[in-house]
Amino acid sequence: MAGIPHDHYEPKTAIEKWFHRRLPVVTIIYDTLMIPTPKNLNWMWIWGIVLTFCLAHQIITGIVLAMHYTPHVNHAFASVEHIMRNVNSGWALRYLHQNGASLFFLAAYFHIFRSIYYGSYKAPREITWIIGILIFFLMMGTAFMGYVLPWGQMSFWAATVISGLFGAIPGIGEPIQTWLLGGPAVDNATLNRFFSLHYLLPFVIAGLVVVHIWAFHTTGNNNPSGIEVRRTSKEEAKKDTVPFWPYFVIKDFFALAVILVVFFAIVGFMPNYLGHPDNYIEANPLVTPEHIVPEWYFLPFYAILRAFTSDVWIVQLVSFFTGGIIDAKFFGVIAMFGSIFVMVLLPWLDTSIIRSGKYRPMFKWWFVLLIIDFIVLTWAGSRPAEGIYSVISLAGSAYWFLFFLIVLPLLGILESPSKRPLSIEEDFNAHYPDIEDDLPETAPTKD
Amino acid sequence: MICRKLHPRKIDSIMKRILLVSGLIGVLLGAGNVFAAGDAGHIEDISFSYEGPFGTFDPEQLQRGLVVYQEVCAACHGLKYVPLRTLGDKGGLDLSESAVKSFARSIEMYDPELEDYREALPTDNFPANDSVGAPDLSLITKARAGFHGPEGTGMAQLFQGIGGPEYVYSLLVGYTGEEKEEAGSLLYGNTAFSGGYLSMAPPLSEGMVEFADGTPSTVERMAEDVTAFLVWAAEPKMMARKQMGLISVSLLILLSILLYLTNKKLWAPIKYRKKAED
Repeated sequence: MAGIPHDHYEPKTAIEKWFHRRLPVVTIIYDTLMIPTPKNLNWMWIWGIVLTFCLAHQIITGIVLAMHYTPHVNHAFASVEHIMRNVNSGWALRYLHQNGASLFFLAAYFHIFRSIYYGSYKAPREITWIIGILIFFLMMGTAFMGYVLPWGQMSFWAATVISGLFGAIPGIGEPIQTWLLGGPAVDNATLNRFFSLHYLLPFVIAGLVVVHIWAFHTTGNNNPSGIEVRRTSKEEAKKDTVPFWPYFVIKDFFALAVILVVFFAIVGFMPNYLGHPDNYIEANPLVTPEHIVPEWYFLPFYAILRAFTSDVWIVQLVSFFTGGIIDAKFFGVIAMFGSIFVMVLLPWLDTSIIRSGKYRPMFKWWFVLLIIDFIVLTWAGSRPAEGIYSVISLAGSAYWFLFFLIVLPLLGILESPSKRPLSIEEDFNAHYPDIEDDLPETAPTKD
Repeated sequence: MICRKLHPRKIDSIMKRILLVSGLIGVLLGAGNVFAAGDAGHIEDISFSYEGPFGTFDPEQLQRGLVVYQEVCAACHGLKYVPLRTLGDKGGLDLSESAVKSFARSIEMYDPELEDYREALPTDNFPANDSVGAPDLSLITKARAGFHGPEGTGMAQLFQGIGGPEYVYSLLVGYTGEEKEEAGSLLYGNTAFSGGYLSMAPPLSEGMVEFADGTPSTVERMAEDVTAFLVWAAEPKMMARKQMGLISVSLLILLSILLYLTNKKLWAPIKYRKKAED
């Protein structure tokens, strides 16, 4: 695997050989765990393990919660309270699952922005990247449908607002919306199918995660220098890499443990901080909450959805040329889905031959702006869509598209990269230079 | 043990990264709970005994709160998700088994199977009550917010809590005495309620209940006690939750330290090579 020359599993005993001839599963496990990994990976490479943990955690807690939950409009809210009050440790499972979604998205955002900064999407890793964005998209769908299940006010109204997006498609929108909801409005049929899909999609995600890992194990990991592992000989490859086990497993587990300290503190001491009080009121189709706000992890995209109002020139222009078929509402929907789809095109929008942002003096600053933009959009999505907040949302949305569609293609032409190391070994040794034996102050002391 | 002095520039860059990451997490966390139900008016920050990682419910306060709930609130409100048996739970009201039974007997409830009223049993929930359209109070302290912002950053909630209980308390003591008629119904002035007027008449007046422990029943005392009781009703497993939090956080800190040391030792030969060895 990986095209990086390394030692493979060799069955030694008779029974190992017997088994290996029939099912080489040990080889797969061995090669996956022992994959040569660039030794200069920094702390931004820990999110993969955190995400794997999150997926497993959500599936395990979710399966147990599903044993006690009732997907019916008359019983769903009460069944969640039943879990919170009567099921042994049900409160813990429910709060873990609820806050687990936040950790999942936090890790996904770090993981995605790390990939953007270090150019992890560039050839030959385009498939890894596209599958990753697909996973992210499915995560959003899964989280959204999961949020509907407790059947609180915000659950119900989020389902109503988001399914209304499909209604914005000209002509065929309304029949599609009715088909998706299983009726003219969000009701029992909707709750049932959301429960079914919320249970199904995590397993689709798990399957895609396997492909995601398979893909980057085929190309090898990217690394902060963006320079490939030398593959000419096993000796050279060994100078650039260390095996995944134990070096990165232990490092990643350490990072995971630190992150879980914060996670369990939130679950234990402030489990409702990231939630919304309105969701502790049972769904009522007759009462609209004062502000309908999604969970924090959807806010940037919610801001983009609402940013393009009918008084924005580009919306008017598009509306004029399409004869009003694309109105402000539909434009917003296109913009929101477009803001995610544009990331799929990223490998081809980025024209730079340099992979890592470390050696791209101009890209660095545009990237910092992108992070700030993302945070500002998160915040703007939480504010009412009026006055200065609309202006900020619009500017933030504009920059999001500007970065991907204009800045990245141009930078490849305009930018002159800074000096890069020749190998991963050189990059690593620049951080950890050889130690002179005769310097007692800096010399290692073994115990 | 292998150790090495860190270059000051390296420490500087590590510090910057820690600041950046923690800032980012702060912002992302903060963006969470940005709107809570309505823009509440004046909210008083009460320090309840259950607050903080080590705070516990005061059983006597909860028992007084139960009296206020049963004699005042239950006339119009229900508590339909709360099982009566949980009044005996440790860490909560901690009533004796016989006290729970006799309290249950004092409640008349409609049994749809008998098609008649009967005395409640500990296995029943508190009755629902929508006789006048008042909201059920089972989750009221989690379904309301008292603290907001500033500007949707969620910082107030991070430090003060979401403030549902404070909102309930402030509403109960926030009546101004003003009244006005709107569309045929009487509204009562209240400093905590968004809009300033609500349809619930001031429910509490001094001395309207008698506490078994002799605590004088002032409006503030009753409001605080019934709020604490409603916090328990909304989150009866709070003590177990905090205990889980303390145990898991301590164990994970220990695990983090062990993994840190393991990692350091594991990587030392890779990171700090002697020149001679190369």
